[in-house]
Amino acid sequence: MFAPRFGYHRVSSVAEAGALLREHPGAKLLAGGHSLIPVLKLRLAEPPALIDIGRLAELKGISVEGEAVRIGALTTHAELAASADLEEHAPALAEAAGMIGDPAVRNRGTIGGNVAHADPASDLPTVLLALDASFEIVGADGERTVAAADFFQGMMATALGDDDLLTAVVLPARPPGQGQAYAKFAHPASRYAVIGVAATLEVNDGVCSAAAVAAGGLVPVPTRAPSVEQALVGEPAAGDAIATAASQIGTDLGDDLIGDLFASAEYRKAVAGVYVQQALATAAERIG
Amino acid sequence: MKVPVSIQINGRLYESEVEPRKLLVHFIRDLDNLTGTKVGCDTSQCGACTVLLDGVAVKSCTCLAVQADGAEVTTIEGLAQNGELHPLQEAFWNKHGLQCGFCTPGMIFASHELLRTNPDPTDEEIRHGLEGNLCRCTGYQNIVRSVREAADIMNADTQDGGEG
Repeated sequence: MFAPRFGYHRVSSVAEAGALLREHPGAKLLAGGHSLIPVLKLRLAEPPALIDIGRLAELKGISVEGEAVRIGALTTHAELAASADLEEHAPALAEAAGMIGDPAVRNRGTIGGNVAHADPASDLPTVLLALDASFEIVGADGERTVAAADFFQGMMATALGDDDLLTAVVLPARPPGQGQAYAKFAHPASRYAVIGVAATLEVNDGVCSAAAVAAGGLVPVPTRAPSVEQALVGEPAAGDAIATAASQIGTDLGDDLIGDLFASAEYRKAVAGVYVQQALATAAERIG
Repeated sequence: MKVPVSIQINGRLYESEVEPRKLLVHFIRDLDNLTGTKVGCDTSQCGACTVLLDGVAVKSCTCLAVQADGAEVTTIEGLAQNGELHPLQEAFWNKHGLQCGFCTPGMIFASHELLRTNPDPTDEEIRHGLEGNLCRCTGYQNIVRSVREAADIMNADTQDGGEG
């Protein structure tokens, strides 16, 4: 399959990319290309130009700055999965990154490209929503930061405007004693999430003091699960209490469930709780 | 609008002007008849197009040639050194890790990636490492045995201080 024709510009700075975005309305940014190239080959988009930011060293790498973990937009899934810093400070993100696609895909795909594409069956948006990540964006009017809850707006729709460039994802470092996990039902061919659930749990004196749960793959945009979270707090983080809380997920998903030939909306809704329970049970086991 | 690129493939430099939409896999196959690299699904699922890009396995159907400008590519034609098959090639031969051979170049590079990151994998880790590559003939059993044998050969060579 051949993509439609497009112009090509390789840039050497974020500022140059911004100027080209404004100069070429409708242009798309190219990072690893693992979301964009398939879209172009299927001719779901016909941008007049691609602006290749893939060589911008300033957008690569993971750093821990005080209580925050900063991840450059061009950091690959393979780098996320193998990062000792993430293993310590955001283990659910490393875990989810290691479940994306396959090793060759993880060598090319980037966190920035992944979240900017905002596929509802993607793994990272779900985890970033549960971990209260924020997104650093450079636009025509300067820099701004958008919280995950405001960033993901719909199926393949984000807070990024036409002239915006996502430069980094910032996460709060895992507090001591918090357990994190990502549980996934992967489509057997595409490895995309049919259901993906990210969970964090904190326990004080034997009862859950804080919980975050987010679900993806099920609905057009990854969603937090406040009913599940509220059902957990004040209960023991184990067995029956987790199962009871997980069963609340249907309330949080609403009526707009995704269904396709592989898994109907009814099926996804019925099975979602199993993965919520699995993510919570694993997070509880990992509380250190 | 064509764009100049220079890409080293198997140690030889190829300079050409390409349309930006040209995929790396087509650059490899068209320029010098290096047709060992296959186009299978063309959707980054089957892995038949897997090559090494600067030493790391990538699916060349989901990479533009312009993205590989300045890089070094290794294809199946360049894996043997000085007329000697790579241990992975030798092991796929010995253990009957192929039937029709269409998936084999990609399988070998996916295996190469696995052994680069995990030199002594379990059978389960081999199966996980190859989950981005599809074979429609073998049922995978002999592919897993091939990778197991290649790992054993390469680890023995490392312990002997050999070059592999």
